[in-house]
Amino acid sequence: MEPIYLDNNATTRCDPAVVEAMLPFFTEHFGNASSIHAFGSEVGKALKKARSQVQALLGAEHDSEIIFTSCGTESDSTAILSALKAQPERNTVITTNVEHPAILTLCEWLEKEGYIVHKLKVDKKGRIDIDEYKSLLHDRVAIVSVMWANNETGTIFPVEQMAELASAKGIMFHTDAVQAVGKIPIDLKSTKIDMLSLSGHKLHAPKGIGVLYLRRGCRFRPLLRGGHQERGRRAGTENSASIVGLGVACELAMQHMEIENTTVRRLRDKLEAGLLSQITHCFPTGNVANRLPNTSNIAFEYIEGEGILMLLNKVGIAGSSGSACTSGSLEPSHVMRAMGIPYTAAHGTIRFSLSVYNTEAEIDRVIAEVPPIVAQLRKLSPYWSDKGPVANPQEAFAPTYA
Amino acid sequence: MWEYSDKVREHFFNPRNSGPLEEANGIGDVGSIQCGDALRLMLKVEPETEIILDAHFQTFGCGSAIASSSALTEMVKGMTLDEALKVSNQNIADFLDGLPPEKMHCSVMGREALQAAIANYRGEEWSDDHEEGALICKCFAIDAVMIEDVVKANNLNTVEQVTFYTKAGGGCAACHEGIEEILAKVMLERAGPGEVSPPPACPATPEAPRPPSAKLTLVQKIKKIEEVLDSVRPMLQRDHGDVELADVQGKKIYVHLKGACSGCMMEAATLGGIQQKMIEALGELVQVLPSSYMPAEA
Ligand SMILES: Cc1ncc(COP(=O)(O)O)c(C=O)c1O
Ligand code: FES
Repeated sequence: MEPIYLDNNATTRCDPAVVEAMLPFFTEHFGNASSIHAFGSEVGKALKKARSQVQALLGAEHDSEIIFTSCGTESDSTAILSALKAQPERNTVITTNVEHPAILTLCEWLEKEGYIVHKLKVDKKGRIDIDEYKSLLHDRVAIVSVMWANNETGTIFPVEQMAELASAKGIMFHTDAVQAVGKIPIDLKSTKIDMLSLSGHKLHAPKGIGVLYLRRGCRFRPLLRGGHQERGRRAGTENSASIVGLGVACELAMQHMEIENTTVRRLRDKLEAGLLSQITHCFPTGNVANRLPNTSNIAFEYIEGEGILMLLNKVGIAGSSGSACTSGSLEPSHVMRAMGIPYTAAHGTIRFSLSVYNTEAEIDRVIAEVPPIVAQLRKLSPYWSDKGPVANPQEAFAPTYA
Repeated sequence: MWEYSDKVREHFFNPRNSGPLEEANGIGDVGSIQCGDALRLMLKVEPETEIILDAHFQTFGCGSAIASSSALTEMVKGMTLDEALKVSNQNIADFLDGLPPEKMHCSVMGREALQAAIANYRGEEWSDDHEEGALICKCFAIDAVMIEDVVKANNLNTVEQVTFYTKAGGGCAACHEGIEEILAKVMLERAGPGEVSPPPACPATPEAPRPPSAKLTLVQKIKKIEEVLDSVRPMLQRDHGDVELADVQGKKIYVHLKGACSGCMMEAATLGGIQQKMIEALGELVQVLPSSYMPAEA
C-alpha cells in the first residue's frame, strides 16, 4: 500500500518541476555566478529570476531585499544577531515561548551571554496577550522575533499588528515565517515587518536553502563574512541549483495558494472531525479558529505519542508527535507545556500536516486506521480501564516516584 | 526515529502479558508522567517457593518502555524473588538486544518496577534510590546527576577531567557546553559566596606529582596499581568491559582492556583516566599503555 505522508510541517517532497529545473545546474550550468565568462553569467541570470520569484511570493518591494541563506535556522540566527550587533545600545530581545528551537535555543544562549530575553506567554489556545506585548516595548529592545505560524499547532500570530506596534516605537521586527510562507498569503510591502525567515524544504523546494528577507533601510550586520555574494550580506558561493529550485517552488506556491486554502483546508477539517467523532478523550490543540490550513494537532489522552507513531508507521502513515520520547528529552513539547496541556495529554499529541499532494482517499484511510491504534495503546495504559480513563487517573496510579 | 532493535520492535508490536492480572499479590507502580513513562508491574508469586508464577504489565510510555515492560514480564516468570532482585537494567536492555542511550531509562524503570513489586509482595516500603537527570552526553548515556556527583566527589574542574572519570564528552563533543555548565554550577557552590571564579578556559595543567616519601618496592607498587584498577573496574563493567594488569616495566604500566572497552573510541580516554589515577596513587609519573604496545619478547 502506498504510504501516506502527513508530516509536511517537518519537511516536504520536492515538486518534480523543482527537481527538473534544478538538474541543469549540476551539469551544463555549473558555473560560478560571480565569473565573467559565459558559464557564470547563465547562472547569474537564473539567480536573478529566482530572486524575483521569491520576491513575488513574499510581496517584497525590491528584489534586493531577498538574501539567500542555507536554511531557516541560518536566517533566524542572522536576523537576531544582526539586530544586536547593529544596535549595541540595545540589549533586549522579545520573543514567545512557543518559537521553534531555531529561535529559542539561540535566545537561551544569548541569555547566558548577558542579553535580556522576554518570552511572551501564550494562553490555552496558544495566543499571546497583546497588552503584555505592548507593555514590553521600550527603547532597550533591539528586536522582536515572533513566528508567523507555529510549527506544531499551526496557530497564526498577529505579526502584522505586532510589527506596527514595534515600528511605532522604533523597534526592529523579525518573523520566522518558515511555516507560513506558501500556506497563507503574505504581502510584506504593506507591512512593517523588517526581517522574515523562510526555508525551502517546507514548500517543496530542497533542504538546505533558505531566505532572509531584509527590508531596505533596515540596519544589518552579516553573520558570514567573506566574498561579495548577496552583496556581502551573506558570503559564500551561491547554492545555485537550490536557489533555482526555490524560485520555481515559490512560483508553484503562488499557484497553489488557492488550493491550499480550500481543498487542503477541507481535507484537514475532515480528518480532524473524523477522528474527534470516533475517539473519546482527545482534543485539537492550538487556536483552531486561526491556524494554518494544513495543520491539525490532536492530543490523545492517556497514551504516549511515540507508540502511536510507530503503529501508524506500520500501516504506512507518517505523522509526528510532541511527546518527550520522540525527542529524547525528559519533557514533552515546550509548545504543549506553554499552553498548559496536562502531561497525560501532552505526551500523546500527534501532528498531522497535509500538503496539496494529499488525496481524499488518503484522508479516508487515516480516519479508519487511527481509532484502533489509539484503542490498542489505551488497553496497555495504566490510566485506562475497559470503558474509559480510570476513575481518578492521577490517584489510581500513583507511582512511587514522580 | 530511533534505531530500535528488531527485538524491541517485536515486543512493542506484540507485547506479552499486558493488561491487569487478577490474582496479582505483588504490584509495583513506578514512573513519572512528566517524562511520559509510567509502569505498573503485577506479579503472582507462589508463597511457599517465592517463585514468580505470572507477571503482567500496564505501561504508559514510548515504544521502548512498552517493549522493556513486555521483556521484563517474560524474563522474570519462573524466577524466585531473590533471583528476580538480581535482574539489572542492563539485563533488560541486553534481552532486547540493546536500547538507544536516550532510552536506557526505560530499562531502569523496568528494574525499579520489579523491585517495587517485590517489596510490595513482602510488605516492605520501597524507595527509589535513583535520581535521573537530563541526559547530557548522548554518546555515552551520561546524565546530569551523574556528572554532578562525579564532579563533586572528585573535585573536578575541566571537561577533560569529566571525560576521564565518566566518559561524558569523549565522543562527538556536542555535550561540552552542557558539561561546562554543570562544572560552573558546582564550582560556584564550591567557592561559596564572594569568591566566584569562572572555570579555567583551558584544562589546568596537572599538578606536578609530589615525590613519594620513600620509594615503593615493586610489590607495593603492583598492589597500588591493582587498587587503582579495582577502583575503575565497576565503571568499565557497566559498559561490559574490564581491565587487567599485563605487565609493569619501569615507568610503563601495560594493561589489557577487555570487552566493550577494547578498540572502542574511548580506549585512549579510558587509559588516560587510569593513568591520571595511577600518577596520583603512585606519586610518580607513569605511563599507562595497552598491552598491545608491549615490546615483543627479546
Ligand atoms: C518555525 C520553524 N522555524 C525554523 C525552522 C528551521 O528551518 P531549517 O530546517 O531550514 O533550518 C523550522 C523547521 O523545522 C520551523 O518549523
Ligand atoms: S554527546 Fe557527549 S561526547 Fe557526544
